[in-house]
Amino acid sequence: MGYVRGLKKGDENMSEPLGLKAKLGLNVFKEDKERHIEIKAGFEKDPRLIRAVYVCPAGLYSLNDNGEVEFTIDGCLECGTCRIACGPEVLEWKYPTGGSGVQFRFG
Amino acid sequence: MDEKFDAIIVGGGLAGLASAYTLAQNGLEVLLLERGDYSGAKNVTGGRLYVSPVRDLFPDLWKKAPLERFIAHEEVAMLAGERSLTLRYSGNELANEPYQSYSILRAKFDRWFAKQAERKGAAIITKTKVDDLIIENGKVTGVLAAGDELKADVVIACDGAMSLISERMGIRSPGLPKDHAVGFKEIIELDPNVIEDRFGLADGEGAARLFMGEVTKGKFGGGFLYTNKESISLGMVVSIKDLMEDQDVTAPELMDNFKLRPEVAKLIRGGQTAEYSAHVIPEGGYKALSKLFADGLLVAGDAAGLALNIGVTVRGMEYALASGYYAAQAVIAAKEANDFTASKLSLYEKLLNDSFVIKDFKNFKEAPQVLDNPRFFNHYPEFVGNMMKDIYEIPAGSKDRLYPTMKKYMKFGELWAMLGDLRKVMKI
Ligand SMILES: Cc1cc2nc3c(=O)[nH]c(=O)nc-3n(C[C@H](O)[C@H](O)[C@H](O)COP(=O)(O)OP(=O)(O)OC[C@H]3O[C@@H](n4cnc5c(N)ncnc54)[C@H](O)[C@@H]3O)c2cc1C
Ligand code: SF4
Repeated sequence: MGYVRGLKKGDENMSEPLGLKAKLGLNVFKEDKERHIEIKAGFEKDPRLIRAVYVCPAGLYSLNDNGEVEFTIDGCLECGTCRIACGPEVLEWKYPTGGSGVQFRFG
Repeated sequence: MDEKFDAIIVGGGLAGLASAYTLAQNGLEVLLLERGDYSGAKNVTGGRLYVSPVRDLFPDLWKKAPLERFIAHEEVAMLAGERSLTLRYSGNELANEPYQSYSILRAKFDRWFAKQAERKGAAIITKTKVDDLIIENGKVTGVLAAGDELKADVVIACDGAMSLISERMGIRSPGLPKDHAVGFKEIIELDPNVIEDRFGLADGEGAARLFMGEVTKGKFGGGFLYTNKESISLGMVVSIKDLMEDQDVTAPELMDNFKLRPEVAKLIRGGQTAEYSAHVIPEGGYKALSKLFADGLLVAGDAAGLALNIGVTVRGMEYALASGYYAAQAVIAAKEANDFTASKLSLYEKLLNDSFVIKDFKNFKEAPQVLDNPRFFNHYPEFVGNMMKDIYEIPAGSKDRLYPTMKKYMKFGELWAMLGDLRKVMKI
């Protein structure tokens, strides 16, 4: 089966049936006043970060042209997978402020 | 606030709500804090609740509960690259009351359950995240939330798979990839008549389907489908360790590939995706359970690691409900004795040990190790797929006799490996 590889940022081929951005756009999100996940200072180039590219179900981690991992928080499902894969030494991971972030209508 | 509660519960999922409901029913003053806009707003499940083991713990709950469909038809499909083999099981025991299991949508169910707990007298505050525990002389005496200090005799951590609260107390360490899966799913809206026709369902009936093999590219896990009243829950559960080590496909790519499989595509045709959700799942089993109590603290549900992946299904919701219930029973006893030390609260562990919860965990103790075998997700689906192809195929020329055809598959090395796998499977 032909897999759609879409690790590069801005690659619109990420998903064929419904683009990942469009899919995340269906969710209700309430903006937080702060980012609840940060790559810890000094760990921007940590090799463990690449794991997040593969495990994040929202595809929020991507490899840029320099082979570095970039991260955007918009669309975060608060699932916790990146924290388990990369570990708390690499990621500063909190839940968003009460009443913000994703609000599932079906769950 | 200088009011002191009998119990403060962190997290309004099934474990937290079960605790709040039970404590309030017994007249205790209980406060539940939930960070979502409402209970269910942050909660993800695949979709099947087995009511049987928890029916009697909440006798008044089930008649009016917003459950979706009772599951009357089970299917398992083994998917090879280009073919698949499906088993379908239906039976009177599935189709007659009391029904064993139901499909469920958490945003609906948890929200409703929260109302029932409030009716019993529980105080529930949503949109409020607990930021920290208050610990005095090694004993938990309350929580810090949105700048407020809230005090209680006991705190029950029901904050889900990534329990930052029990990590804070030092009774659970940050989750390891080998003990966790990531689950992700889409809600796909479909007309109820289409759902019933497509899945061959009578009134109120629902279907559960499991997909193993090529869909996870050999990784530990599988795909699932549950029919709801007016939608389908379609998703996957995949080992985080396998995803991050194999580095051959991303989670979203797996989901897209899954939806494109002809066996799946035809089931969701014409449907509209309405939501995409994801959550980690503890699946380390008995060996990965964390300590369940400390001075002034109890841990219930996913927060304690109480979810099981037994291959044909992931179970966590019954364990969350039951552990929440037993935590409440331990608090009720502690309150009577006015003793909230770890030794008194250890009653919780005893109650869980005597219940189906820890019995299940012990019975399936070996499941995580046994099932973590790439042959189940790679080799066997291809193997049976090829065998079926050879049995059913009528070539342009003459067809080989069946016995030699089968014998070709039963070489010594294969049989030996199968026997090895079988002996391991017999531990489950
Ligand atoms: C894709 C998928 C499929 C699954 N399939 C099934 C299935 O078919 N059957 C089954 O039985 N189980 C299944 N499970 C497992 C099941 O969903 C979980 O075991 C169950 O939801 C656990 O319930 P819980 O109450 O312990 O935790 P959760 O439902 O996660 O509740 C935790 C709650 O705590 C809140 N919270 C967390 N931190 C804080 C804080 N600091 N302050 C305030 N609130 C906080 C959260 O917002 C949340 O509401 C599946 C899981 C997934 C992800
Ligand atoms: S919490 Fe989940 S959705 Fe959010 S960035 Fe991490 S892996 Fe992605």
